Amino acid sequence: MIERSLQALQQALAAKEISSVELTQLYLERIAQHNPQLNAYITVDPASSLARARAADAQLARGDGGPLTGIPIAHKDIFCSRGWLTTCGSKMLSNFVSPYDAAVIARFETAGAVLLGKTNMDEFAMGSSNETSFYGPVKNPWNDSCVPGGSSGGSAAAVAARLAPAATGTDTGGSIRQPAALCNLTGMKPSYGVVSRYGMIAFASSLDQAGPLARSAADCALLLNAMAGFDERDSTSLDRPAEDYSRELQTGAGEKPLAGFKIGLPEEFFGDGCSPEVMQLVEAAITEYRRLGAETVAVSLPSTHLSVAAYYVIAPAEASSNLARFDGVRYGYRAPQYRDLNELYSKSRAQGFGAEVKRRILIGTYVLSHGYYDAYYLQAQRIRRLIADDFAKAFEQCDVILGPTSPSTAFKLGEKAADPVQMYLSDIYTIAVNLAGLPAISLPCGFAGGLPAGLQLIGNYFTESRLLNVAHRYQQISSWHLQRPGGFA
Amino acid sequence: MKAWEVVIGIETHAQLSTQAKIFSGSSTAFGAAPNVQANAVDLALPGVLPVLNKGAVECAIRFGLAVGAEIAPRSVFARKNYFYPDLPKGYQISQYELPVVVGGKLTIQLGESEKVVTLARAHLEEDAGKSLHEGQGQHFHGRSGIDLNRAGTPLLEIVTEPDMRSAAEAVAYARALHALVRWIGICDGNMQEGSFRCDANVSVRRVGQTQLGTRREIKNLNSFRFMQQAIDYEVQWQIATLEEGGTIEQATVLFDVDSGETRAMRSKEDAHDYRYFPDPDLLPLLIDRQWVERVAAQMPELPTAKRERLLAEYALSDYDAKLLTSSLEMAAYYEAAVAVAGAANAKACANWVMVDLTARLNKEDREIDESPVSAEQLGGIVLRIADGTISTNIARKVFDALWNGDGNSADEVINKHGWQQISDSDALESTIDALLAANPTMVAEFRAGKEKAFNALVGQAMKMTRGKANPQQVSELLRKKIT
Repeated sequence: MIERSLQALQQALAAKEISSVELTQLYLERIAQHNPQLNAYITVDPASSLARARAADAQLARGDGGPLTGIPIAHKDIFCSRGWLTTCGSKMLSNFVSPYDAAVIARFETAGAVLLGKTNMDEFAMGSSNETSFYGPVKNPWNDSCVPGGSSGGSAAAVAARLAPAATGTDTGGSIRQPAALCNLTGMKPSYGVVSRYGMIAFASSLDQAGPLARSAADCALLLNAMAGFDERDSTSLDRPAEDYSRELQTGAGEKPLAGFKIGLPEEFFGDGCSPEVMQLVEAAITEYRRLGAETVAVSLPSTHLSVAAYYVIAPAEASSNLARFDGVRYGYRAPQYRDLNELYSKSRAQGFGAEVKRRILIGTYVLSHGYYDAYYLQAQRIRRLIADDFAKAFEQCDVILGPTSPSTAFKLGEKAADPVQMYLSDIYTIAVNLAGLPAISLPCGFAGGLPAGLQLIGNYFTESRLLNVAHRYQQISSWHLQRPGGFA
Repeated sequence: MKAWEVVIGIETHAQLSTQAKIFSGSSTAFGAAPNVQANAVDLALPGVLPVLNKGAVECAIRFGLAVGAEIAPRSVFARKNYFYPDLPKGYQISQYELPVVVGGKLTIQLGESEKVVTLARAHLEEDAGKSLHEGQGQHFHGRSGIDLNRAGTPLLEIVTEPDMRSAAEAVAYARALHALVRWIGICDGNMQEGSFRCDANVSVRRVGQTQLGTRREIKNLNSFRFMQQAIDYEVQWQIATLEEGGTIEQATVLFDVDSGETRAMRSKEDAHDYRYFPDPDLLPLLIDRQWVERVAAQMPELPTAKRERLLAEYALSDYDAKLLTSSLEMAAYYEAAVAVAGAANAKACANWVMVDLTARLNKEDREIDESPVSAEQLGGIVLRIADGTISTNIARKVFDALWNGDGNSADEVINKHGWQQISDSDALESTIDALLAANPTMVAEFRAGKEKAFNALVGQAMKMTRGKANPQQVSELLRKKIT
């Protein structure tokens, strides 16, 4: 059962082969068994999940279930969930039970999915290793001395270890795609504005985007169908007609399903900086794509080398302001002792935030300060436009852009924790996509030293459906994505 | 030594009369119990997002049109970052580099003369909540309370150039602006409730000096009287300080109503660095010509246009026209009265509104929109004077009756009391015949040349008719009969 696709699970539920309660129970038991080792979940609430499963079973009995009815889904603890502890991986919100549902949570609820639990994450989504969580690091199911990636590391580890059929994540600079790559999953960051940010605790508002983490592109398409959609409560949400993201997956395959298709290979993604083992796997995948009929063309993204620098100005700037509301006044952590208002603020924030969050608040405060704003923030915004222009030019020559997702496979816990710059560079291939607001997907492309590697496909705006199709075609002729880490049978 | 010149610029926060807040659906009504009008967005719960209320934008467009400003086709909301307990997000959403309204002019009245004040800009922003401290009828056991009902209320901050040269000019400007925002219906102007508050930037320099002196900003002036007092005090203080060889430090000051003094709240050194940057949760505000035209079509006639129309249509004096257009309520009242009395009686209506009605309102400390005598009723009175039904004296009695709620219309009151003038000359003649027969002595005195006796006879006639006779007609008849 734990290896079945979401579609197969839905069929099993519809055929009464298994009930939603049984399926939920199965995963709750797996969580109870394996979570102590992985630390993938922050909160599990069996009573609440099972109540939802019973409601789903009633719906299934009436025969009016949808594609996700009764299927348990894990949600990153960044999504406010009514009645659930919603921590964002921080001590600051370690006592915050949300009184409302995020748009993403509400949409899954409407789709009949079961909220299986809230997954661990880097504190306020700031990190690439899941080591900054107040709730402790998450372990990579493929090797528990390695990180699962971040910031959606809990979601990735949960799905990889089959502690959830699928999960949600958020991606500000690679936080879905990099953990997907490091845990052998398929993970998608949609175009900015496709999924509502309402109720998703903000890190960097102009970059944050929620998306699916699953075992295949086909599963991601079903999840995205539930997640995507216009929301008037989010001013940056785009009012576009609804689409079925799995529609291109249904079309006939044939010998060469990608004939006439152009894959752009940016020279900047194939130079130094990427480990040879990962590069080799990516090259092998390119060969497979040619076999599927795709043509490859060389493209250039000359400004992408500036993306990490620009990102680490813009994201902290927005974060420094977004996190100002966590002041100990109305909710969340408040220092037990303070003499006056200033101490209430400074102690609550000093004690409530971890080191990485403080570092980024300081950077953000600095770059927005009088006299530095032009040199940092405005300059970074200019670079952002250059990066978007690079992609626009590249997409005149190709349909999708392909490269590695992460420069290496999963690194050791603690290996980069002391060196923020090394940590930041692990997002070197993913960050430009957020700066441009484009959709991208990471999918498994093989193993090096027993650890999975990921391939990234970047599309033009609103080509999620095409990206899912291109990933899906590869998964039809490969089996990397079907591999399960040992010890989680 | 040259005399001092005072330089004043005013920033006004006008609370916009929208039903909902500027970035959330909560009500903006005043006076609710603390925090009942604060939803998840106003409380700044994790994950919530602002959504712009288009009604607030339309208020800004209205204002821009009313002062002949440019309505920016693209303006940007920015975050002003600072920590305060009544600022839930830790930043205020405002507009910084690109405001929605740019420029504009407002004509102010200074006795008989006028002056044009240039506006720099007007921008949209959200109000903060209120901190409640021990004492104000509240008990917090040594703590402070926070009421977020006001948090997120839409404000239009209107900023002038440093164009004013005295406290009187500053007050005249504030009054003109106050009348205008109420006239165009974007702000209720209630200063006690804080709907209209002004900050005055005050500096002094020697006459002839081109460079501006160092300014101090007097915050939160919520009455015209306090504004006058605060600026007067501040100017005096600055001049005295400079004349004693001191220097002025840039500072924010508060006006202490009890002592009548201004006191520094914070100096430039501890001025905040607000770290403004464009709010990534909100798209740039785009206003196309169609939108501006739609709003323009719904605008009431502006005071200047109305004044000119009154001058042209009703042949009023300049003074009358100005007074009658000093507020939207006054103008609306006047025009409704004229609609009943007829354009031919426009001048008479003007006199009644400006003299009798205004005097009575002032006496009872009421606003014109609270007048017990409606515009239609007053128009009815004027109409009956004009057609000879009643005399001006009787008209005052009708006005009093209506003021006291004795009747629904002038005609009803006149009929009820039988106050129609006796213009039937037969009836009047017989009354006068009776009068002359009863007062032979007076008739003789008049014939002997005593004009006083004639006046006494007229008075007697009016008395006998209980004031209903037309005095003109009475004297004509009397003269005819005696001479």
